Amino acid sequence: MRAWALFCFALLWFEPGIALGDWATVHAHAELGWGGDLQGGEPYVYESPTQPGVIVGFEVDIAEALSRELGVRAKFHQNDWSNLIPSLERGDFDIILNGLEDTPARRTRLHLSRPYFVYGETLAVRPGSTLHTLDDLSGHRIGTLNQTVAQELLLAHHAEAVLYEGQQEPYLDLSHGRTDGVLLDHVIADRYGCALPELRCLAQDLARGTYVIGIRPSDGELWTKVDGALGHLIDSGELRAILERWKLWEPRQDELSARGKVLPVPPAVPVAVVKQRLTAFQIGLFLQGALLTILISVCAFGLALPFGMTLAVVRSHAGPVARFFATAYVELFRGTPVLLQLYVLYYGLSSFIRLGPIVAAILGLGMNYAAYEAEVHRGALAALPRGQAEAAGSLGLSRLQVLWHVLLPQSVRIALPALTNDFVALLKDSSLVSVITVVELTKRMTIVAVEARDWVVPGLLCASLYFAMSFPLSRLSLWLERRYQSS
Amino acid sequence: MIRIAGLRKGFAGTPVLNGVDANVEEGKIVALLGASGSGKSTLLRCLNGLETFDSGALEVAGFKLAPGIHDARLLQALRGKVGMVFQEFHLFSHLSVLDNVTLAPRIVRGTPRGQAEARARELLAQVGLAERADAMPRQLSGGQKQRVAIARALAQGVRVLLLDEPTSALDPELREEVREVLRRVARGAHDNAGSGLTILLVTHEHALARELADEIWTLEAGKIAHKTQRDR
Repeated sequence: MRAWALFCFALLWFEPGIALGDWATVHAHAELGWGGDLQGGEPYVYESPTQPGVIVGFEVDIAEALSRELGVRAKFHQNDWSNLIPSLERGDFDIILNGLEDTPARRTRLHLSRPYFVYGETLAVRPGSTLHTLDDLSGHRIGTLNQTVAQELLLAHHAEAVLYEGQQEPYLDLSHGRTDGVLLDHVIADRYGCALPELRCLAQDLARGTYVIGIRPSDGELWTKVDGALGHLIDSGELRAILERWKLWEPRQDELSARGKVLPVPPAVPVAVVKQRLTAFQIGLFLQGALLTILISVCAFGLALPFGMTLAVVRSHAGPVARFFATAYVELFRGTPVLLQLYVLYYGLSSFIRLGPIVAAILGLGMNYAAYEAEVHRGALAALPRGQAEAAGSLGLSRLQVLWHVLLPQSVRIALPALTNDFVALLKDSSLVSVITVVELTKRMTIVAVEARDWVVPGLLCASLYFAMSFPLSRLSLWLERRYQSS
Repeated sequence: MIRIAGLRKGFAGTPVLNGVDANVEEGKIVALLGASGSGKSTLLRCLNGLETFDSGALEVAGFKLAPGIHDARLLQALRGKVGMVFQEFHLFSHLSVLDNVTLAPRIVRGTPRGQAEARARELLAQVGLAERADAMPRQLSGGQKQRVAIARALAQGVRVLLLDEPTSALDPELREEVREVLRRVARGAHDNAGSGLTILLVTHEHALARELADEIWTLEAGKIAHKTQRDR
């Protein structure tokens, strides 16, 4: 017990502390915490393929040059990209330095430094596509990253934005015909999309913008210091040297040194303006997300139940070869994360079998839960008195008839409370399918929360919708338990 | 109707049946007595294939069983002619009394539901449970459950009935109702002697054995030590 308590305390020790500092604390600790997401990949911030544990990227070099200018150390903080701003506001680190785009909305929310990079929004399509301008995208499925300027542009032009977490997946889906195009910064497009032989990138930028450093509005002094240091890096040519080293220097970047000149900012987008309150439209989207959550959960469980039952019967009644395969299936699907299974099913197998996101979500969750249901059914079958099968067998029923008419109807009654419980768990696990571009309830909540700059109201709304779905099921589970215990 | 020749059976190297030789003529009632662990139940379970045996030969209702694993189809055919009643009743808890009795005729024999139910109601009347056809097993007393189990075993028109200590799991005051049903079944067997039901009854109740049986076998150390003929 004491060892366990010590272990828990040791874990707390390793939990990163909250910076919550202004320039005075940064200076006092001689450390500048900067937030970014390693999943953003090359060339931004990523783990060195040759030196494990070392992070590299042009933004790592900028962070180090900047810290040197400020006379402090740079310290990287890993953070999910789409939540960088809330995490900065929470005080998890001092600045955001990770492809943060300058937008009118962000200017009202944060202090933004002068730009350190100019990007163009590049549209990738399949050959023969008729999409050339932003207006052409209306009504089309276009892939992009969550919380980007590209997403706002797509919304403003009435395109259906398909949101991804990683940078390779949008192009993979485009080449498989799951989307009609991908709109992303040229840095990403050049590296992950335009090089693919089955895709084509438009030569002209659909829009142009800049990457800036984000600082909390309360840290005015830090903002001035960072801006000054960045200006010095630009004037001294060090920034250019860094960008050249990463093969990122090209004519667009000439605009960086034009301090005072108005740098490109994407046009203000009507639907993306900052809102503090949830609109009826957003609440409608929430309900839509909840419906999708129910649809996916019900279908996935509808698949998991009979499949799990079949696996349980094979494990308890079939020959050794079939039993081996059923056991291997259960162990494999229980022993690996469902997130990984969803990735493999949707992206990994896409060259062989091309599933739509909702079908892949249902299949992925269904196959994973089948492994759990198999164990529930196996336990329930084992809990039946042996005499039931003997009595049925002594009446001349075949093994299959014994199972179907005598054992399964009774084992299902035993398993019912556990099954209801599992369905509640599945309802919540269904939020994982957002990794394969399905915008269900939780994903909708994160999108709205970042748009509305508020996690409390969307979070509570999301929680109450989940509760409204799962609470009746919990009561049902209890009722079933009582009912079958009494019999 | 039942022929047992040199039957041997052991569990994990410990012999339980040590060369049993016996025959039962059609329509006869045999009671099998013996101390606990003498192999009475094992002998009964070998007769309908619930247990395999190591050596010897069996013939039950015209079906021949050999040592080792039995063929599933042979067992199914045999069990259509050989009914079994267990000490612990083993009624199917999810089915009503009527469905317990009609399950095998409907599923195994393909008897139409109406016909199976009519026959089941007759049998339930014989065991005194005509009124409880729609009850669930959990609503019955132990004695009533065992009477349903007897009706269920007879529902397929079996020629041999194996009864494995049918009164042992019951409270003393409930035993009499089961004995009464057994008397009725035995009378039915005797009235049709030569073409009727053959019964093998494993029991601890000597009085019941003497009352019902044509012949009493006593099993000792896996062998039949005594056979007593009785005049009825």
